[in-house]
Amino acid sequence: MIALRPAYLIPVVGFLLLAAIFARNLYIVGIEGRQASDLPSVLVDKPAPQFSLPPISGDGKGFTRADLGGEPSLVNVWASWCPPCRIEHPVLMQLARQGVTIWGINYKDKAADAQAFLDELGDPFKAIGADRTGRTAIDWGVYGYPETFVVDAEGRVRYRHVGPIRSEDLKNKIMPLLRKLAK
Amino acid sequence: MIAEAGQFALMLALAIALVQGSLPLIGAQTGRAGWMALGPACARAQFVFVAGAFGCLIYAFVVSDFTVSNVAENSHTLKPMLYKVTGAWGSHEGSMVLWVAILALFGLAVASFGDNLPPALRARVLAIQGMIGAAFLAFILFTSNPFIRLDPAPLEGRGLNPILQDPGLAFHPPFLYLGYVGFSMAFSFAIAALIEGRVDAAWARWVRPWTLVAWCSLTIGIAMGSWWAYYELGWGGWWFWDPVENASFIPWLIGTALLHSAIVVEKRDALKSWTVLLAILTFSTSLLGTFLVRSGVLTSVHSFASDPERGTYILVLLVIVTGGSLTLYAIRAPALKGGGLFAPISREGALVLNNLLLTTAAAVVTLGTLYPLALDAFGGGKVSVGAPFFNATFVPLMIPVLIAACGGGMLGWKRGDLAGALSRVRAAVGIAVLVALTVGWFAGERKMFGAVGLAITAWLIVGSAVELAERIRLFRIPLGASLRRAIGLPRAAWGMVIAHSALGIMVAGITATSAWQTEKIQMMKPGDSVEVAGYTLRFDSVDAFKGPNYAGQRARFTVFKDDQVVTVLMPEKRRYPAENNTTTEAGILWTPLGDLYAVLGDRAGAEGWTTRFYFNPLVAWIWFGAALMALGGLISLTDRRHRVGAPKRAAKAAAAPAGAAKAGA
Repeated sequence: MIALRPAYLIPVVGFLLLAAIFARNLYIVGIEGRQASDLPSVLVDKPAPQFSLPPISGDGKGFTRADLGGEPSLVNVWASWCPPCRIEHPVLMQLARQGVTIWGINYKDKAADAQAFLDELGDPFKAIGADRTGRTAIDWGVYGYPETFVVDAEGRVRYRHVGPIRSEDLKNKIMPLLRKLAK
Repeated sequence: MIAEAGQFALMLALAIALVQGSLPLIGAQTGRAGWMALGPACARAQFVFVAGAFGCLIYAFVVSDFTVSNVAENSHTLKPMLYKVTGAWGSHEGSMVLWVAILALFGLAVASFGDNLPPALRARVLAIQGMIGAAFLAFILFTSNPFIRLDPAPLEGRGLNPILQDPGLAFHPPFLYLGYVGFSMAFSFAIAALIEGRVDAAWARWVRPWTLVAWCSLTIGIAMGSWWAYYELGWGGWWFWDPVENASFIPWLIGTALLHSAIVVEKRDALKSWTVLLAILTFSTSLLGTFLVRSGVLTSVHSFASDPERGTYILVLLVIVTGGSLTLYAIRAPALKGGGLFAPISREGALVLNNLLLTTAAAVVTLGTLYPLALDAFGGGKVSVGAPFFNATFVPLMIPVLIAACGGGMLGWKRGDLAGALSRVRAAVGIAVLVALTVGWFAGERKMFGAVGLAITAWLIVGSAVELAERIRLFRIPLGASLRRAIGLPRAAWGMVIAHSALGIMVAGITATSAWQTEKIQMMKPGDSVEVAGYTLRFDSVDAFKGPNYAGQRARFTVFKDDQVVTVLMPEKRRYPAENNTTTEAGILWTPLGDLYAVLGDRAGAEGWTTRFYFNPLVAWIWFGAALMALGGLISLTDRRHRVGAPKRAAKAAAAPAGAAKAGA
């Protein structure tokens, strides 16, 4: 006779729950034909949230809600402690050279670390706001780092990209959208 | 021709693995010796074919055969020979071939060294190994074939990601896989034991060496990865809590727990079903790591070109392997009742505490890695988890683990004498408190953190020494007699003392570098000098140079201490045209007390260059400690118990039939 004891079922039940979550995520990645990196945001087509962030260090100008609008732009959430942000950075530098306006939200970072990151890899941002408490990132619904939002001339969020921007993301999604918004 | 031979070898290996995965198991169930004997024969044949296929792949890389699509995408004629060879496992497809090659190597080891195993157990273990092999070979052949041809073939390959072109990283995957795949041995033994319905001291004695081999390799693999990140990524950090780093760390934590709980099974005949569960979980988390890296479910620096189809396959595999084995566990494990009872304060108790904390730590790391996914799936808000989360949760959990690491060994089996143990380690306690007070008094910043960390270091090192002294009765009996006892001490005891002290060394490195790193960032022009942690660095020049497959700029910083020239640091920035990528090579002066770390940044017009310097106190101790820890494991592996004592199952067999009969009924 098999003596089933409930406690011994915990591992397998726990695992199956985890597997179901994976399956759901794979489904999102695969069958629906979208990448895990473009998770839909509840903010899409809504105005960007209100915020006002100080600069990373010193007195200069930070980054506030009022800066957005007037022209299409990107808002990039990054941190010096986030390795994928380093991978992404050259792409941002290239975009900035092409004349795309990029705003930065520096998430839960130390001023010196953030500055070092920019000094080493270059500064593609028109302005950067330091989100030391992570409050603004919550308002934007940030999921992982780095994360990039496309904001149109009216200050509405039009697209959200989770994870580093790769060249195919630029080619297929971000650049066509920016071109469309610029018209 | 060679590529086709490789592919054919993989197909044959799959066919052999299917036989290995079925017939020996049926033979073991029905008691047919001939069928059981197929296990070792298949394992040997499988090794020959998989190793042959791996050899073909390496050959295709060495001769830059760009008609093979995998070679064209990951190699380049100008790449140095070392990286042509290591490029064979630099891609997803190649790394999977390396994975099965290592699996086949372990199968060969069981076939060759497993003569002292009961034939039925050996047949079952090899059958489980065969099933795992078959699943992965099918995965390679159907979704990730490295031998697919390309027509027309390009004249030149696309090159390997330059960040991977580094000696440290070239050998990081083989060690990591030796660890991951090595845990499949413990897994196979666990499943075989569940099928047999028997776990005893002899079983634990067979499992422990395999687990030790895997654990040592994984320790070295992770340490190499961390060391590489330190000198290559160029920002002075050594661990980033990246999902893929975590994926290797979770099996390490559970494997460490397994290593310790197997001791209790061996010595005290207790914690059986728990040990079996750990063996299943260790390998399952290794597979989970494979899944996370390759499925595109999580974003990470390490992500291979991910592909949902592969992700689906690995997920199905994961469900069959982990889901199946945990179901088997749920059905059969209640029958594995252990005999040894013990009081909470005892050596078993200390090992249980170690297990609980290590598995909790593994659960925390898993949670932190998967939380964004899980919360999203349940429709919860979006949250972020980064280094701050892990520092806040993982570090406090590790403090009791480290404290329990020493002193646990002072307690007796079954029922320990806490007061007696404490009085024996009073020297270690005293020194730890002294260290804490001294650090607290003198340290300028991060006093608490530094004091706790270094006190733990003192506790671990002095405590291990005291434990050793106790065992050889140092100063209580004549020195010569102590020395003889030291020589006669089991290697496993030496291994433990070394590994636990090594842990202390590692903690010192982690503490010092986290608490007291100095950082200087400034613009410099040639001729400028800067002072960092007592060193003066003079910026001499920046020169362009050319490497085999890259061009770069190399800065020269002459380092002075007390007006004496110490060394010249030459940090580089390299640009790889084939891959269109740049890398940073830090210039590092390694000293036992800390290292001076120089990075050359971008040129900013007339103002000069951005330069960054760090002084990382004791940082090299982290990797030295990790290496020493692996050495401790290896010394423990040479314990004669693992060789001579193993085939002693008969002596214990008297107790076994009862359990076996109950399970089989």
